[in-house]
Amino acid sequence: MITPTQTATLTLDGREVPCGTHRNVLELARAQGIDIPTFCYHSHLSTYGACRLCLVDVLGRGVVTSCTTTPEPGMVIRTETAEIREMRKVTLELLLANHDMRCTTCDQSGACRLQDLSRRFGIDEVRFRSVLEHQPIDLSSPALRRNADRCILCGDCVRACEEVQSVGAIGFSGRGAATRVEPPFGQPLDESECVGCGHCAAVCPTGSLMPADDTARVNALLDDPARRVVLQIAPAVRSAVAEAWGLDDGVQAAGRIAAAARRLGFAQVYDTAFAADLTVWEEASEFVARFTAGEKLPLFTSCCPAWVRFAEQYLPQLLPNLSTCRSPQQMFGSLAKRLLPEKLGVAPEQLAVVAIMPCTAKKLEAARPEFRQAAGADVEAVLTTTEFLRMVAARGFDPARLDDEDFDAPFGEASGAGVIFGASGGVSEAVLRFARSAGLLAGGEASPVLLDGSMRLLETRIGDRPLRLAVVHTLARARELCEQILAGTTEVDLVEVMACPGGCVAGAGQPTGHDHIAAARRRDALCAADACLPTHDARDNAAVATLYHEHLAAPGSHSAHDVLHTGYRNRRRGIQAEVPPPAVATSGLPVSVCLGTGCYLRGADALLRELGRSLEEQGLAGRVALSGRFCQEHCDRGPSVSVGERLLHGANAATALAAVREALD
Amino acid sequence: MIRPTTPDLDALAADYGALRVRLARRLVVCAGTGCVASGSLTVHARLAEAVAAAGLPCSVELKQEAPPTDESIGIGKSGCQGFCQQGPLVAVEPDGVLYCKVQPADVDDIVAALAPGAAPVERLLYRLGRSGRCRGPEEIPFYQRQSRTVLASCGHGDPDDVRDYVFRGGYRAAQRAWTEMEPAAVVEEITASGLRGRGGGGFPTGRKWQAAAAAIAARPEAGGWVVCNGDEGDPGAFMDRSVMEGDPHTVLEGMLIAARAVGADRGMVYVRTEYPLAVTRLRQAVAQAEAIGVLGRDLFGTGRCFTVEVMEGAGAFVCGEETAMIASIQGGRGMPMPKPPFPAERGLFALPTVINNVETLASVPGILRDGAQHYRSCGTGASPGTKTFALTGHVLNTGLIEVPFGTPLREIVMEIGGGVIDDRGKPWGDGFKAVQIGGPSGGCLTREHLDLPLDFDSLRSIGAMVGSGGLVVMNANTCMVQVARFFMQFTQNESCGKCTPCREGTRQMLALLDDIIAGRAGEGTLMLLESLARTVAKASLCGLGKTAPNPVLSTLRWFRAEYEAHVLHGHCPAGRCKALTAPAILAEKCKGCSQCIPACPVGAITGERKQVHLLDAAACLRCGACASACRLDAIVGVT
Repeated sequence: MITPTQTATLTLDGREVPCGTHRNVLELARAQGIDIPTFCYHSHLSTYGACRLCLVDVLGRGVVTSCTTTPEPGMVIRTETAEIREMRKVTLELLLANHDMRCTTCDQSGACRLQDLSRRFGIDEVRFRSVLEHQPIDLSSPALRRNADRCILCGDCVRACEEVQSVGAIGFSGRGAATRVEPPFGQPLDESECVGCGHCAAVCPTGSLMPADDTARVNALLDDPARRVVLQIAPAVRSAVAEAWGLDDGVQAAGRIAAAARRLGFAQVYDTAFAADLTVWEEASEFVARFTAGEKLPLFTSCCPAWVRFAEQYLPQLLPNLSTCRSPQQMFGSLAKRLLPEKLGVAPEQLAVVAIMPCTAKKLEAARPEFRQAAGADVEAVLTTTEFLRMVAARGFDPARLDDEDFDAPFGEASGAGVIFGASGGVSEAVLRFARSAGLLAGGEASPVLLDGSMRLLETRIGDRPLRLAVVHTLARARELCEQILAGTTEVDLVEVMACPGGCVAGAGQPTGHDHIAAARRRDALCAADACLPTHDARDNAAVATLYHEHLAAPGSHSAHDVLHTGYRNRRRGIQAEVPPPAVATSGLPVSVCLGTGCYLRGADALLRELGRSLEEQGLAGRVALSGRFCQEHCDRGPSVSVGERLLHGANAATALAAVREALD
Repeated sequence: MIRPTTPDLDALAADYGALRVRLARRLVVCAGTGCVASGSLTVHARLAEAVAAAGLPCSVELKQEAPPTDESIGIGKSGCQGFCQQGPLVAVEPDGVLYCKVQPADVDDIVAALAPGAAPVERLLYRLGRSGRCRGPEEIPFYQRQSRTVLASCGHGDPDDVRDYVFRGGYRAAQRAWTEMEPAAVVEEITASGLRGRGGGGFPTGRKWQAAAAAIAARPEAGGWVVCNGDEGDPGAFMDRSVMEGDPHTVLEGMLIAARAVGADRGMVYVRTEYPLAVTRLRQAVAQAEAIGVLGRDLFGTGRCFTVEVMEGAGAFVCGEETAMIASIQGGRGMPMPKPPFPAERGLFALPTVINNVETLASVPGILRDGAQHYRSCGTGASPGTKTFALTGHVLNTGLIEVPFGTPLREIVMEIGGGVIDDRGKPWGDGFKAVQIGGPSGGCLTREHLDLPLDFDSLRSIGAMVGSGGLVVMNANTCMVQVARFFMQFTQNESCGKCTPCREGTRQMLALLDDIIAGRAGEGTLMLLESLARTVAKASLCGLGKTAPNPVLSTLRWFRAEYEAHVLHGHCPAGRCKALTAPAILAEKCKGCSQCIPACPVGAITGERKQVHLLDAAACLRCGACASACRLDAIVGVT
């Protein structure tokens, strides 16, 4: 095969163009300013070739999909012919005939790829009969909403979840016309392994997967005269709002957001970057303590709730290494619920904290039970950037006519360090600045952290000890790094993990551009905001210093721990160490409980534990070799328990125990 | 068994031969699916008892419960002998007698006929015409007209004993390939033979091997795979099944030769899970081949290895598509991937992989044994060799057949098949309407194609394909819209759901066909159906989708008038579409026998004997009871 080079050319729609080094004809056409329609091609996901819209005509080969065709010198490509036009039209009509076409009530309307392409190709009627089978909307997850009636089965979400995040919470089920995208066994999203990162929603072309909508809840809070609603705004939000409102930079956007939020009825408007500065103090002191003692290293950051959930599910052995610091959102909520009622003169249960985040996993995080006190949830509702923009639009405020306003004191003050938290590498950079100014770091070199690349390893020094730092984004890369760390092939001291590609700036709660290009652009916006601010080091945040002085004693103190730290739990599926080992004998009647997915979902692990307990209570433990085992492929009739030669279906602890007794007699 | 480093196949064959000559006779009971369904296992059991009771020196081989001993009559269980219509079949060898439709009650007569000098049981012999009887396959036209090469051993050889295969010359071709030929020479021989893939596409096997050999040579340390595609799924097709069940070692030998040719070190047979006997026989064959040293490590003293695993398929038609099969073997969902990369470059577990159909691989040992030129002496220039077909439908003799490429359709239908029959199974001299060839991916052939020599290219030129080899004969009572609908229903069910045109398009084609059948279609329906069919054919990701519209396109091409009658005139010419056919008794056919009158549950039929009867369409429930009672096919529109 001829390798495409810079100099070789091919013919694209009658014009000679360089082959370049494009992966495929689709990318080449894009580079030439031709947007070949596609649903299933994303440059950062594997090539899937399923939607069949990106057809082009290659002389000598006929009609092929451009996403799977490598450009070769001398090719003669036509991106549209009468035949291709007809096939695209038919294909779009086929999709529409199996789609909920009530566009006016769809929250993706205006940003929907299917709508856009239907308009572009002039689809004015659907000649096929509607075959849409209505399915209930899955509202179970606090982070995401799944509406299968809008799904066109392009598989983008499935690949994003699997390839970018290595989670695989959703997949294809069924075959042919019965194909669906859903969590295993059709379980609701909140019972699946979804970590809430929202990357599925970010790539979904039609609004089948969307961030959960909390605007109604927030409006209800704002309407309630008995509640005092305060707002915190995450650093990354301002860069996306600046884009949406056509503002120059993130600093200006912050002022405009504060103004708009007050018009919406928020009593106080604070900056989550303040809590980010606080996080730097806490996390730096936590790290220094561990680093000095040489314990529980590497330290993993815990700002990203999707990462925290991921670690709880898949890397429980690393949970002791996770920073116990709450994320900035939750530090803020915890402080606000404790300190603001007195300051604002309201009862604690009257105060409601709302957050605007670039993120869907933050919704999931706010709902965690440990972040709820007697006076209610620390953070009562989380809005994505998109929701916030929509609320402003619904009220009809023209952002251009608003004057910039300041955040409220005292939680409105932030250093540039807190602001750059929104980009991958920002947390590390902030911690390094802090450590440097504290005289902990030997070198004073410029920051090397805020760079492109999904995994960056760098080394600096604390005193005469090397400090090895890893910055990683996307959970698939994080998993890779953790496996290296567990295998001992990579040694690091501090690891910053962000689930979204490029960090929070490209979060799934942002309006558009969940990709590396948008991430880099918004990162630069945050860096510019950092440059504009008077302070760049969390240590220089006077409000944080005052906070410690008045309420929290010192970083890492007992009271700081109460308010600002948290714990994690092993959410790994299966029995792990929870099976009562004393009950398990190695010889005796073999009894095994199937712990395959089907049986597990029907409560097989609880059955195993209960059976172990009962056997022990009844003095039978020594006569039975009890174990869990893998799928026995009777998934539809689970839980399956085998007792000696006998296989029980639909078992529970009582029937299993009875069968054991029978077998022993 | 102690494994020799270089197996002495000749010694093994000689030992086994010595054992066999002591067998005066073998009774071979067909254990193909058709015969098993009609009771051959009971017949086998009864035969074994009767032979034992009679104290005859005979062994009844159905399953090799015990290896041949020094008894002199063997009773064996064979793979499909092909003549399923006439099952259960019992062959008496070496007499060359074939008993048809044997029932347990016939066993005593069969055993009695084994006596020296006794004549075969006349009534169990195949009946030809009004009075003639055929003694055995050599006299039965169904067999006479065939050239059984791939199927040569099915029905004769003992699939349970590798020694039987070796005795019949087995594994010699592989031995020669591994010890006397360079890999390139093996590829060259296959290329020269012109062998083309029997799975449907007809891709030249030699070229496929060449590509894989080059890919493996680029990274020899990584190795490569030879995968045998045994995921036969076309409705009504059972060619590969018969080969895997009846002659598993030929398939293994084909794989062994392919492995030598391309440099692969691992093999996989992916068998349709609904073929449990094939799975058992193949697994047993692998174990036996390993035991005699023709599979495993240090093959034939070359220091190279080739091992074979047998895997049961995941129960989806689409897994017969090679990239979907790879996904399935790797433990994933059986969904095709875009090509390139082709499996020969990057296939199973990312290694270069040759994927060949069962019948293709089973053709390979013969080519090496007899040479490419000999292979080319059969068949046509561009499609050499033979092809197996599953002959079914409105034809007198249904079953498994093998004919040289280039055989005219007429010979298959009229001579091997014994001619067209009506819905009651009676010969219908002029009843031929069409043949659906190639299953759900194929197309239909009409009366004007009866003299068309069947091969890959002639079929493609008229919008049909060999496919895996289903041949469904249809008589003049068949509605072609319903035929298209039948196959569309199948592909619609079996679409994997990945790509839009196939997933949604097959469903909508089915809906449009349903509209036509139900009389809901309008003038635009046929145009829309055609446009949709073209899009699905061109835009789909894999072969399943690309060929799914073939039954629609080809029936539209050859029977457009029939579609138009449905759509424009609200009339089904074959009288099969209920909504388009008013219940009626055809005056030209009714002889007034009155059989239908008591059959009708609502008394909708009236009439005097020997007068044309009348059917009250308003009262008719369309239950079809009258049509079942009518021996003259005089009642239409009721089923």
